[in-house]
Amino acid sequence: MKRLTDLAAPVVFVGLLLLAWEMACRLLEIPTYRLPPPSAIGEALIENFPLLARSGWNTLATALWALVIASLLASLMALAAGLSGLVERAIQPVVVTLQVTPVIAIAPLVTIWAGLEHPERAVIGLAAVVAFFPVFSGALTGLKAVDPDLERLFDLYGASRWQKLWRLRLPTAVPFLFEGHKVAAGLAVVGAVVAEFGAGSGGSQGLAWRILEASNRLQTAKAFAALVVLAVMGASLYALLQLAERRALVWWRGR
Amino acid sequence: MDLTLGVGEIVALVGPSGCGKSTAMRLLAGLEQPVRGEVDRAAGRGETSLVFQAPTLAPWMSALANVALPLELAGMGRGEARDQAHEALARVGLSAAENARPAQLSGGMAMRVSLARALVTRPRLLLLDEPFAALDEITRRTLADDVLTLWAELKPAILFVTHNVEEAVYMASRVVVMTAGPGRAAGEVAVEGPLPRPAGFRASEGFRRSAEAVSTMLAQGMERAA
Repeated sequence: MKRLTDLAAPVVFVGLLLLAWEMACRLLEIPTYRLPPPSAIGEALIENFPLLARSGWNTLATALWALVIASLLASLMALAAGLSGLVERAIQPVVVTLQVTPVIAIAPLVTIWAGLEHPERAVIGLAAVVAFFPVFSGALTGLKAVDPDLERLFDLYGASRWQKLWRLRLPTAVPFLFEGHKVAAGLAVVGAVVAEFGAGSGGSQGLAWRILEASNRLQTAKAFAALVVLAVMGASLYALLQLAERRALVWWRGR
Repeated sequence: MDLTLGVGEIVALVGPSGCGKSTAMRLLAGLEQPVRGEVDRAAGRGETSLVFQAPTLAPWMSALANVALPLELAGMGRGEARDQAHEALARVGLSAAENARPAQLSGGMAMRVSLARALVTRPRLLLLDEPFAALDEITRRTLADDVLTLWAELKPAILFVTHNVEEAVYMASRVVVMTAGPGRAAGEVAVEGPLPRPAGFRASEGFRRSAEAVSTMLAQGMERAA
């Protein structure tokens, strides 16, 4: 019973919100190009679904590519930093600088480097920059999170450097890696959209392009419909990774 | 402080927190170098084992894999290491839990796995650093008897660190008492009676006398430091 009300609560709340929105638009006679009512957004969503789905797929593919690239680079760099304090001190300022610089600010530069005829590469690169940090810091934290007493045991039993890495530090880092990837996946989607705003999209137009295009033409309902697709996509990806993380943790710790 | 452990002897080290018990243990394990003085060990590398206050098991490994770890780190093949780990787990009564992960074990069971891991290398020196501190009274007493039974079978020298007077007297033939000031021994008490302890030992006159002697010495050590 409690579970049922828990499930119903957000549905009812959002329903009421949409209803109030619809009523306000109609009663106050707000022009559709300013704020379309939910019904108009629903219509736009159905009408433009094939186009929006294709654009959504492009954005998702960009985000996933970015995630893969960020994951590989960040894991390798975290490993290097985890193995050598010197490497860590050397790259830490660079990583932090990259992280605090807004991606939109470096978009024009990356667009030039990627080649002006390949903005989609620039978008992937930019999204990868955004997704890099959570994986890097998660992996590095994990490599350093070794139980000190367990490490003493490894020392007592004469473990080599490699044995300590393979049998102690890497397994310890696994849950931190999951967490880092979960955060990174959400950020990769955000990065893919922001980067497309900044760098354009070339042949493969994503949802950012759809939003810009619809806004420019004052098709506000269509812009909203693209937003809905984006939100659903982001939330689904997060839920999927959350589920994967939970499963993986069960595997890691046996329950 | 001057501490000597005979071959196959059990010595308990009692003292208030911060008196240097754990440091003494790490020095003996060779995990830290002494600032002054020296540590002489007949037991070399691979002949010393350590059990901490927490079970300190790797959560991603089964009980069996955890116990086999010291042997595998020393270069033994996986199959042989697991065979011996299997034996060690049987010795602590945990054959049924071989494939369980640490998160699936109770505190007492996890401690037994930790003990099996310490014994699997057949150490000549076993260092126990408050191994029962996190357990409830009943588990603590069963485990104390189990450690003594295992000692009788394998005869390692044991240094047992604790802040519990009764436990120290129960576990050891000699109790070294530390003062509150770090790194000083107040003296030592020889405990009468056979090891492993016979039933009802806690109620015996010898146990009471030894516990009292240790308590008095502890109190004097605290005063002197204060």
